[in-house]
Amino acid sequence: MENTLNTARLEPVWHTNRRIMLLLAALALFLVIFPLFGPNSFYLHLMIMIFMYAVMAQSWNVIAGLSGQISLGHGLFFGIGAYTSSFLFVEYGVTPWIGIFIGMFFSAVIAVLIGIPMLRLSGHYFAIATLLIGISFQLVFQRWEWVGAASGLWIPLTEESSWLALQFHDSKVPYYYVFLAFFIISYFFVWRLSLSKIGFRLRAVRDDYQAASSLGIDVSKYKIIAYAISAIVMAPMGSLFAQYILIVDPDRMFNLEISILVLLMTVLGGIGNIWGPLIGVAILIPISEYSRIYLGGTGGAVDLIFYGLILMLICIFRPAGLISLFPKHILERKKQR
Amino acid sequence: MTFEIILQAIVSGLLTGLIYALIAAGLSLIFGLMNIVNFAHGEHLMVSMFSSFWLWSLLGLDPLVSIPITVLLMALCGVLTHYLLIRYILKAKMLIQICATFGLSIFIRALAQFLWTPDFRTVDKPLLEGRIEAAGVFIGQPQLFASVVCLLAFVMLYLFVTKTETGLALQATAQDREAAEILGIPSNRMFAIGWAIGLGCVGVAGGMMTNYFFIFTDVGVNFALFAFVAVALGGFGSIIGCLYAGIIIGLVESLGGLLIDPSFKLLYVFAIYLLVVIYKPQGLFGRY
Amino acid sequence: MKILSVENLSKSFGGIHANRDISFDISAGEILGIIGPNGAGKSTLFDLITGYTKADSGKILFNDNNIFGMRPDKISNLGIGRTFQKLKPFADLTLLENVMIGSFAKESNIKNARDKALEIIDFVDLIEKRHHFARELSTGQRKRLELARAMAIEPKLLLMDEVTGGVDQKTIPGLVDLILKMKAAGVTIATIEHNINIIMEISDDILALDQGQRIAYGKPEEIQKNDRVIDAYLGTVDVA
Repeated sequence: MENTLNTARLEPVWHTNRRIMLLLAALALFLVIFPLFGPNSFYLHLMIMIFMYAVMAQSWNVIAGLSGQISLGHGLFFGIGAYTSSFLFVEYGVTPWIGIFIGMFFSAVIAVLIGIPMLRLSGHYFAIATLLIGISFQLVFQRWEWVGAASGLWIPLTEESSWLALQFHDSKVPYYYVFLAFFIISYFFVWRLSLSKIGFRLRAVRDDYQAASSLGIDVSKYKIIAYAISAIVMAPMGSLFAQYILIVDPDRMFNLEISILVLLMTVLGGIGNIWGPLIGVAILIPISEYSRIYLGGTGGAVDLIFYGLILMLICIFRPAGLISLFPKHILERKKQR
Repeated sequence: MTFEIILQAIVSGLLTGLIYALIAAGLSLIFGLMNIVNFAHGEHLMVSMFSSFWLWSLLGLDPLVSIPITVLLMALCGVLTHYLLIRYILKAKMLIQICATFGLSIFIRALAQFLWTPDFRTVDKPLLEGRIEAAGVFIGQPQLFASVVCLLAFVMLYLFVTKTETGLALQATAQDREAAEILGIPSNRMFAIGWAIGLGCVGVAGGMMTNYFFIFTDVGVNFALFAFVAVALGGFGSIIGCLYAGIIIGLVESLGGLLIDPSFKLLYVFAIYLLVVIYKPQGLFGRY
Repeated sequence: MKILSVENLSKSFGGIHANRDISFDISAGEILGIIGPNGAGKSTLFDLITGYTKADSGKILFNDNNIFGMRPDKISNLGIGRTFQKLKPFADLTLLENVMIGSFAKESNIKNARDKALEIIDFVDLIEKRHHFARELSTGQRKRLELARAMAIEPKLLLMDEVTGGVDQKTIPGLVDLILKMKAAGVTIATIEHNINIIMEISDDILALDQGQRIAYGKPEEIQKNDRVIDAYLGTVDVA
């Protein structure tokens, strides 16, 4: 027995196995040099959307996959991020780089304020409450004159491309790198988080909150932490997207479809697994962008028919997501640890 | 602001409240039975309104006449929902159950938009039209009739659940699935019946509403949200609770709209939801 | 030295007395056995002590701290660990991760938490299963998991709810040895047990409950001779 324990000690502390690390490094390298191949602006746009939604879906994965709470109004924090940075730029000329961080801060504050009363609710009650709150925010912003009400905020164009104002008029490449950077940082952050003490404790809360509290875990506190972290991951995407399309309005930024998409992508790829959202996004975004091109204006509804159908099929046949189709030995850390 | 205006708001709040109550009763019945929230409830309402609309526009059947057909169609829709989707996710985690019915709602709404476009439609010259006046208060005839029918449907639903053999079997299944199975009550069939009745309620409400409401693909969203609130307010699974809760919501909506600002009607109702679930999570009226 | 003292603890659910005026003490380093027929209020007693259910009245002192009405996580942080009668493993986590979550109560460094968890897993003899998901373990293994997890918070007092219940006969001696090993390691233990032979063998004191009330409290030999205990409980069991 002593021997087994010693071997157990020598096993490395949690890390994804070497093959995956190599794969990821290769992927990261490819993404960094991708613009050098001179892709046209559609492909750049496609990649930007993939990065953006990958982060957004990961944000949802933090609250749903790590702490087990279902938020049906998660687009809320996207909107908060977008409005904060844009408002600061439009009204006070504050550079979006600072606006992004203030947006993250506001999102976290709002998440805590919502979370304190609401995360005592469990399951269905919480899900419905988040749905209502998401819609309420859209409603309030549609009528709030200070932030432009229904017509929203138009971000004034700078004369030429500017890193300070985060606006690039002649090429999508700078946007590509900005989104890529946030994508890598967010994924690295969530990956470290999931392997930290907080990550472990969150998963404990998800699996059994009573057992968790018998181990000294303040369940409500940890749920609020997860909600706030999730908001912090989501908010910068709102800010960046606002810079990308240079307009912020309630129907776009607080759209219920955002909340639907992040849920769908995560569940499709595999909820609770860090790579799940990425897989879901890598499948759905190209489909959605291509269908927008080939099906034109009516593409929207066809998209949604398809999304709804996939969501149901996944729930019936693969509740663990597409990632569960991968051969076990590649993914499971079991034998390598 | 005169007394009449307030009275008018109370009366119309009461009338819409009864509709909310019936829609919520369907949701509550399904939840009480199998612990699943039907996030597609609003879309089912929309489908029932469209069914009533098409029966009128294609076959010339007045919404009043076609109610039995609509109810039957919705009941069938409920059975299908159970056998095609819900049956497979009964044992899944709650997260997956929520995603599945949420998926169903996206699917139905998008399909409706694809098939019927997002246009607003109305039924011209239904049998019931116009309004009556009593004590300075105007009451739309279709609204009044709808409320009476909803109340009637409510009474029937209550009698069915508490007095008939099938109703008691439903209750037994709701309380303890395994024990009911041992007593020879097939839970799967009970669930299908529950869905049929739950959506049947929606069929009644939808059929009546076609008389005086716009028919469009997003019509169900707000009604479903109010139904969620009503169910939480009334205590998840309680049918009588839904009746009170529906009326409370109707009143809050119309009085809040009158006294504060009509564009934030939704917010008042949401505020009530949050207050209730946070301070009295078992609902205002308890279970059954 | 008294580590836990409970005085006149009462709880009723809608008119039914689940616990009524229960009083007892546990001294440091001892094993207190709690016996009683089904529905006697044993598990409720644990829920009251650990804050999962709020008592109506009474006093609970742990190391002279009043823990009456405290939240479960606070009570746990003071040093009371527990297992659950209806097992509550973190099903989608591995055994090692389960126990690590326990050791995070005292240890923030991930490597140290892991080493400590491994030691405890070794202590409960499950080291080979450390990378198995909790849902893949047998009932007996899951009971050990719960014990390991509770031990990982380094409790001063450990409440064990039917550790030997529902496992096959072969594994019982191992679990009993484990309890004695824990005692030897200096943990104070209160254990709910149905198996009367085990309780007589391992307990320093015994508390007997029936219908929510204390019917006897004392050394095993006294309990064995107590008429009310024999009537309520032992009468139906063959005491060898």
